[in-house]
Amino acid sequence: MNEQLMIAGKPYYSRLLVGTGKYKDFTETRAAIDASGAQIVTVAIRRTNIGQTAGEPSLLEYLPPEEFTYLPNTAGCYSADDAIRTLRLARELLDGHKLVKLEVLGDPKTLYPNVIETIAAAKVLVKDGFDVMVYTSDDPIIAKQLEDIGCCAVMPLASLIGSGMGILNPWNLQIIIENSNIPVLVDAGVGCAADAAIAMELGCDGVLMNTAIAAARDPVLMASAMKKAIEAGRESFLAGRMPKKLYSASPSSPTSGMIG
Amino acid sequence: MEIYINGNIRKFDSGNMTISALIVTLNLTGKRLAIEKNGEIVPRSQFSEEKLQDGDKLEIVGAVGGG
Repeated sequence: MNEQLMIAGKPYYSRLLVGTGKYKDFTETRAAIDASGAQIVTVAIRRTNIGQTAGEPSLLEYLPPEEFTYLPNTAGCYSADDAIRTLRLARELLDGHKLVKLEVLGDPKTLYPNVIETIAAAKVLVKDGFDVMVYTSDDPIIAKQLEDIGCCAVMPLASLIGSGMGILNPWNLQIIIENSNIPVLVDAGVGCAADAAIAMELGCDGVLMNTAIAAARDPVLMASAMKKAIEAGRESFLAGRMPKKLYSASPSSPTSGMIG
Repeated sequence: MEIYINGNIRKFDSGNMTISALIVTLNLTGKRLAIEKNGEIVPRSQFSEEKLQDGDKLEIVGAVGGG
């Protein structure tokens, strides 16, 4: 299928966005991302190790920014100010790159998003010229407010970051999708390929995941499974499912021409 | 002079150093990084002119794996 995901005016063939954390090493990171077919990869911004760093490999060598669209995130930020500061550094680091993932967390135990700080940060970042893909709760009102602020994609959680609990509230996601004029991507909580397919069948424009791939027994194989699940789920959504009925009395084989 | 780098204090013999010189001293030549000095981003194009002073606070960051 040749239909594309448009984010901030740029087309992408893959609707699977992946994180680059929690892998055994950079070789495994690269192999999994290749298997996933993802074009957009998230990265974190952290203090550089000063001292024993000469010759140490860097993520950028394994995932050249020329080959992938980087999506710097604000993981670990608990305030709007920290998130804004982090993304301004990311923009400088990546030569003026504007596409970012905003997430402001509420507490370190659950990693639940703090939507109040998220909204405050989104306002500043959009005004500052960033293309903001925003991680948020599955609250349809908040999702709409983030759209109205000018975010380029809204990314509600399926369940909590790293939990692998799957989609806990498909009804809320459906409301968000129905009301949204910008791409809706499920971000966080996907645990297996079936979860990803369900998200796409609900009508999500894409899915962002990290742990579901990186923490699988075989991350490269899971990355491949996720790629297929996203594609299958998307096609299933576009094809339009048959209506559910308790029973049909309409067998698939002809009722006429029976012997005897 | 003493400079705070990523939260740690470091002493340098030179009292007159640019950010470019600091990058060489710290063995970070060729690394892709962004630098904030006293809360303000220093564009890469200004590394060779930006002078450091005693007590400056630097954040030196790079991209790492994350979700």
